Amino acid sequence: MNDFRYFRIDQFPEFLKQLMQSGYRVIAPTIDQEAIVYAEIQSIDDMPQGYTDEQKPGYYRLQHTGNQRFFDYAVGPHSWKRYLFPPLQLISTSIKSQDGWTFEDHVDEGEPYAFLGVRACELAAMRIQDRVFLEGSYVDTNYQNRRNASFIVAVNCAVPSANCFCTSMNTGPKCKSGFDIALTELSDGFLMEIGSSLGNEMVTPLGFPSATEEQLTESESISDHATEQIKKTMDTTDLRNRLMGQLEHSHWKEVADRCLSCTNCTMVCPTCFCSHVEEVPDLNQERVDRRKSWDSCFNPGFSKLHGTPVRNDTRSRYRQWLTHKLATWHDQFGESGCVGCGRCITWCPVGIDLTVEVAALCEEEP
Amino acid sequence: MPEKLRLGIFKFASCDGCQLSLLNAEEELLELAELVEFAHFPEASSRIESGPYDLVLIEGSISTPNDLDHIQKIRRQTDTLVTIGACATAGGIQALRNGANHDEFMKLVYPHPEFVQSLATSTPISNHVSVDFELRGCPVDTGQLLQIISDKLHHRKFSVPDHSVCRDCKLQNIVCVSVARGIPCLGPLTQAGCGAICPRFHRGCYGCFGPCHQTNTDGLTDWLIKDGHSSAELIPLFLNVNAEAPEFARTGAQLMRQDSAEGESHE
Ligand code: SF4
Ligand code: SF4
Ligand code: SF4
Repeated sequence: MNDFRYFRIDQFPEFLKQLMQSGYRVIAPTIDQEAIVYAEIQSIDDMPQGYTDEQKPGYYRLQHTGNQRFFDYAVGPHSWKRYLFPPLQLISTSIKSQDGWTFEDHVDEGEPYAFLGVRACELAAMRIQDRVFLEGSYVDTNYQNRRNASFIVAVNCAVPSANCFCTSMNTGPKCKSGFDIALTELSDGFLMEIGSSLGNEMVTPLGFPSATEEQLTESESISDHATEQIKKTMDTTDLRNRLMGQLEHSHWKEVADRCLSCTNCTMVCPTCFCSHVEEVPDLNQERVDRRKSWDSCFNPGFSKLHGTPVRNDTRSRYRQWLTHKLATWHDQFGESGCVGCGRCITWCPVGIDLTVEVAALCEEEP
Repeated sequence: MPEKLRLGIFKFASCDGCQLSLLNAEEELLELAELVEFAHFPEASSRIESGPYDLVLIEGSISTPNDLDHIQKIRRQTDTLVTIGACATAGGIQALRNGANHDEFMKLVYPHPEFVQSLATSTPISNHVSVDFELRGCPVDTGQLLQIISDKLHHRKFSVPDHSVCRDCKLQNIVCVSVARGIPCLGPLTQAGCGAICPRFHRGCYGCFGPCHQTNTDGLTDWLIKDGHSSAELIPLFLNVNAEAPEFARTGAQLMRQDSAEGESHE
């Protein structure tokens, strides 16, 4: 049984100060460009207070709630993968000199980041990316360094969006593991669950009292209420086999007529991990940088073999994405690649909703 | 030191903005001058040398009877010919006259149209001579321009990324203006290259780099119309600097037809 403590709203700055004094740069929700995004903060004043988000397929709007709460919204366009698996990475550099070429790997020691406000689905997404980058035959040591350097302060969701379906994917809305500390925003303060020895070291000096029975009950009812509010569902029963049995379904073509193959769904997805590597020479070809950047199965060039894309139309690209995410991910990594965060639904510029498409694809054709 | 690459830059109907993109390279220009002989670049130097040229960059579209002849002469003196920008690659904004009443336009704009020698159409360079590579953009991107010159210098195959503007938004933390603000944006259909400048300043993409590979224009217009935008509002998205690019031309014409049908049904 984890240790539970409590602190008042007016003690929130103390908690933040403790994170910073322990050497962490704190990344947390802030408002930028009309959305809640994850960026570095200096004080709790940089965090949104009294905001929520309205989300629908292809639609996101910030709204004022009229209260002063800190976390009454769901996930936005960013995910933590932006920090753990940055969109642009320098891998190595080659430099030509009189004695020939020298090659130097770029080592990322990992910035000490404290991620504040990580939701349950996002913890699940981190675990999925850990499996991809750390648990196969090839370990991405830069990812490992970034992961090891981070401190995780999770938050239990109180107000899910209409695109959330973590309950179907069994990832949320309550945080179960994978955090150093997990917070629940109560009516007058925060319940704090300590999930690791690192978390314990962090909060011990603060001397926050143990939580009372009432505070634990209030936290439970907030999570129960959040669960009840989640209306979107995806039937995952035998989903791998059901989808793989429908590879020639006519509905793939129907989705392809709407899909723009624009890559947004894969960019915002917290588990999508594809990248490409290119060599970038200077004018004189005396210095060549090897750079890695996010790529997507929706780019025609992504499946180029001998100069021609293997998946040469949107139908096959959408099918690749959906069947990898929900079906062949099981074959590759022993679990689903979707955590039910709903980002791909919200941030698709034409509002394509994978839960609706899955339901249509699993219907038998007449 | 290997021999310098002989570079020629020629201009047809255009605004000079793409050539300026090369001059904007400031820092790299000196380095470039070590590797390249600017044999014909009137925008930058009055020293003009005749061909042959190893690499020619063409800005602008074919829009006068004189152009028809001039482009053939250039091609004959050129090893590798690359078009730069939307005008040279897709006819430019001036291609809006294609299919419209050219004489009427002339009368509206010029007091003495009889002195103006102009073709009824503005067409891409590739309609007239063979082109080795087309660099998109309005204007072109300085980095891509330098890369093309460097590719030629070092005998590499020309290539630029062909993904959508959306990927560049996401890579740079730009929040989608379409989803978060309801602004119609051409980014999902447009080839990247500009670094998503317009969305960065909270505007929809204008499609300067033209349609990306296998673009689904109907998918976007169907959604936007269902979302409450009128056909009239969407026409300028497509009939803009890349109006002659086939996918944009087709969609623009379709929206024009829908718009006049909507107009009639209101009468
Ligand atoms: S597929 Fe969509 S809902 Fe699932 S994890 Fe990715 S972005 Fe979230
Ligand atoms: S599903 Fe939506 S976000 Fe994904 S590629 Fe298609 S149009 Fe873009
Ligand atoms: S702002 Fe435009 S280009 Fe950027 S992600 Fe949205 S639709 Fe794509």
